[in-house]
Amino acid sequence: MSLVLAVLAPFLLAPLIPVLNRYLKVHVGWPVALIPAGIFAYLSAQLPRLMNGEVVHIAYQWIPSLGIDFTVYLDGLSLLFAMLITGIGTLVVLYSIFYLDQRESMGNFYVYILLFMGAMLGVVTSNNLILLYIFWELTSLSSFLLIGFWFHRSESRYGAQKSMLITVLGGLAMLAGFVLLYMITGTFDIRETIAQASVIKGHDLYFPAMILILLGAFTKSAQVPFHIWLPNAMEAPTPVSAYLHSATMVKAGIFLIARMTPALGGTMEWFLIVSGVGIVTMVFSAMMAIRQTDLKALLAFGTVSQLGLIVTLLGFGTPASILGAMFHLLNHAAFKGSLFMVAGIIDHETGSRDIRRLRGLAKVMPITAAIAGIGSLAMAGIPPFNGFLSKEMFFVASLEAVTSTYVFAHPLAALYPIMAVVGSVFTFIYSMMLFHGVFFGPLTKDTDKKPHEAPVGLYAPALVLASISIIIGLYPKLVADTILGPVTEAILLEPMKIKITLWHGFNLPLAMSGAVIAFGSLLYWQFEKTRGVVNAITNNKVSACVSANACYDWTIATMIKGSKKLIDWQMTGYLRDYLVFILTFAIAIAGGTLFFKQGFEFNMVNMAPIALHEVILVGIIMAAALAVALAKSRLVAIIAMGVVGYAISLLYILFRAPDLALTQLIVETITLILFLAAFYHLPKGLVAETGKHTIKAINVVVSVLSGVLITVLAISAHNLKSFEPIASYFIENSYELAGGKNMVNVILVDFRGLDTMGEIVVVGIAAFSAYAMIKLRIKKIVKLKEAHLKEGGE
Amino acid sequence: MRENEENKENNIILTTIGKIALFIVVAFSFFLFFAGHSNPGGGFIAGLMTAGALALVFLAFGGQVLKEAIPFDFKIVAAIGLVLGVGYGFIPMLFGDGFLTQYFAYYYLPVFGKTELTTALIFDLGVYLTVVGGALTVITTIGEDR
Repeated sequence: MSLVLAVLAPFLLAPLIPVLNRYLKVHVGWPVALIPAGIFAYLSAQLPRLMNGEVVHIAYQWIPSLGIDFTVYLDGLSLLFAMLITGIGTLVVLYSIFYLDQRESMGNFYVYILLFMGAMLGVVTSNNLILLYIFWELTSLSSFLLIGFWFHRSESRYGAQKSMLITVLGGLAMLAGFVLLYMITGTFDIRETIAQASVIKGHDLYFPAMILILLGAFTKSAQVPFHIWLPNAMEAPTPVSAYLHSATMVKAGIFLIARMTPALGGTMEWFLIVSGVGIVTMVFSAMMAIRQTDLKALLAFGTVSQLGLIVTLLGFGTPASILGAMFHLLNHAAFKGSLFMVAGIIDHETGSRDIRRLRGLAKVMPITAAIAGIGSLAMAGIPPFNGFLSKEMFFVASLEAVTSTYVFAHPLAALYPIMAVVGSVFTFIYSMMLFHGVFFGPLTKDTDKKPHEAPVGLYAPALVLASISIIIGLYPKLVADTILGPVTEAILLEPMKIKITLWHGFNLPLAMSGAVIAFGSLLYWQFEKTRGVVNAITNNKVSACVSANACYDWTIATMIKGSKKLIDWQMTGYLRDYLVFILTFAIAIAGGTLFFKQGFEFNMVNMAPIALHEVILVGIIMAAALAVALAKSRLVAIIAMGVVGYAISLLYILFRAPDLALTQLIVETITLILFLAAFYHLPKGLVAETGKHTIKAINVVVSVLSGVLITVLAISAHNLKSFEPIASYFIENSYELAGGKNMVNVILVDFRGLDTMGEIVVVGIAAFSAYAMIKLRIKKIVKLKEAHLKEGGE
Repeated sequence: MRENEENKENNIILTTIGKIALFIVVAFSFFLFFAGHSNPGGGFIAGLMTAGALALVFLAFGGQVLKEAIPFDFKIVAAIGLVLGVGYGFIPMLFGDGFLTQYFAYYYLPVFGKTELTTALIFDLGVYLTVVGGALTVITTIGEDR
């Protein structure tokens, strides 16, 4: 119960924020920070239980008929993510208090942040795939709102839309994957799904389901080629970039891969796709990072690269690599979070994020420089910081993939250690760009503001994260048993002995680390040449052709053009055209089904005898209907329509349906009045179409076909009794269950009350829209009309 | 509005009959509303009939007279109807029943004798108000638009 409250707390408390923002004297960020801090404290208190191998599992029924339940589940994996979300969330909120001007719409900002926090907590604690999907899309939505926070800038809007389209597209693919899984297992429950792992992997649908689910993970975690949204997402305020786009949301994809590993992992396809995409992402983005000149863009590509590293490790799937993935995830959240905060501080205190203009800041910003140093060195994988430890694990795991004892021995696997080193060299270079390039050398005079040290509130949260980087680096045992133990157990489904040490002898991984530092320093020393080579590789005619960004822009532009064309063709503004579209479609669907399923049936056995007066009445209806179509003036057409309607109500009376007859009579009358009121606005004179013969011919064909379709449907419906009609139920129960003797009315208000409710909503909407369309017309049109009338008058 | 005043003189038959018919039709529509549960009628029919009667006033005397005679904003009437109809649905949920569950019971009232009281009437009132308000909103806005 308390876990559910903890997950839902951000949602429940969010509505208070705008109120507090208005009436509170202090910055509204302070009370907001209490929320993640409180949840973090609660989660920490759960640690001992989880270390003993217990889990927390709470289930509420939601839509049991579809297997969708509100079940939350807290195991080591969930806990690690939940603590990251709330822990870094607290720091980011504190940081934002000093970062954002209080004149900004603080209420909106913190509501979005809390919305995101709640959604993210929901993702990592859901034990139902559909629930997970709902929270997943909520994170995309809140990310959209936060990237577009400064919505007056077109770059923000572009970035927000891009991230939303790509991540939601992936989310939809993931939903399809979940449905396929459901078709295999018959459950949306994640525990039960994992229990059927062997069934899933042997099933024909395994491969499509896996691809679709991975699409969701790759788009969210910005893996190549879906990484393009993340650099544009940097338009968000820096606290958001630090929180969503480096520490938490982009790791939702990694969470999904980790969560699904027991159910889907351990196959050749899984290994090749996950680790392949991961390693390509890692190397490619690290190369892209050193081309950047904007601090945040550099960090964004760096984040993509690091995410690629974690995904690669998950793809390997060995216990050691899983441990490395989760350890690096934790480390990355710490050092990258602090680096983003540093980027925000630099932006805030110098007015620039362009690394070509930033030089020698260490002289005026010593504390910020120290934090940046720790973060950069950890990112570069230099001992004794935490990044070194997990990078070593990465090298170990990549070497493991080459050994012949590895389950998925593959000739291409030899590439992994090489690419790991290459990617790490570039990581080293961009880390140095960030630290050495920005903070050393002569002090810059090229910035908008005179650089000075940040206020303590800005660097304190970054300092906390940097200290964590050092502490974990020096004392990895602190997190090994407490956090990483339960996490690996949750993924591997069995306890694992964890031993992390800074020093483990002279061996190949250490040599790889040494090579990275040596090559990295060399290439950084010759930075301009290095960048020239990278530019030649990544920025040429071939890469322009396959550029994911160009692809995205082209798709969006084409879709807008295409939909405009479609609308121009379809939305003509003539009701008669719409009717033709609707009827044609209905005829094709219903008639087609009837034809292909051979549903037509005709026999006279159950027919009552047809009386003469009925024939006459139907004759009148047919004649009047024909008159409507042929009438030369509107008034005649309307009167003929009235004849049809009143004659039908006579039929109702003949067949003893007083309610229907009454309704039909009054509806006919009211419609007549409406028609008369509307006719006032139509041009006087003839109604006869002066249009082309082809249009008339189409109209005739469509109307004849609809008539035939309805007739055939009615006859078939009467003759085909595939199941017991529900009428007898109403006859038996309308007095018993609803206390009414008028069955029609009982159906309307009781048995099918929901339908009636829907209908009155439609009536209301129609009335309000008619009012809005007529009364609230754009003034300009009215003026144009007046001018037009004046001209006509003169 | 000038046109309507001219109409008034032209439509002496309509105005004369309209005055009398109005009350009969409205009274009958009320009867239909209450009869609905066990006899032909109900909120929808009654609403349409009331709307028809008021539309008659609108046709015969014009929008100004209708506004003075019925001093309600029809949009708000429709809105109240919607709130009543949709909002009622949630009340049974407070008692743990499904959305829109209807209850009924029989009571012995002094004058009426054995009388059935049903919650469906509340829902039906929502239907009635929505239909009256909706229909008249449309008729008056289209009719008054010049």
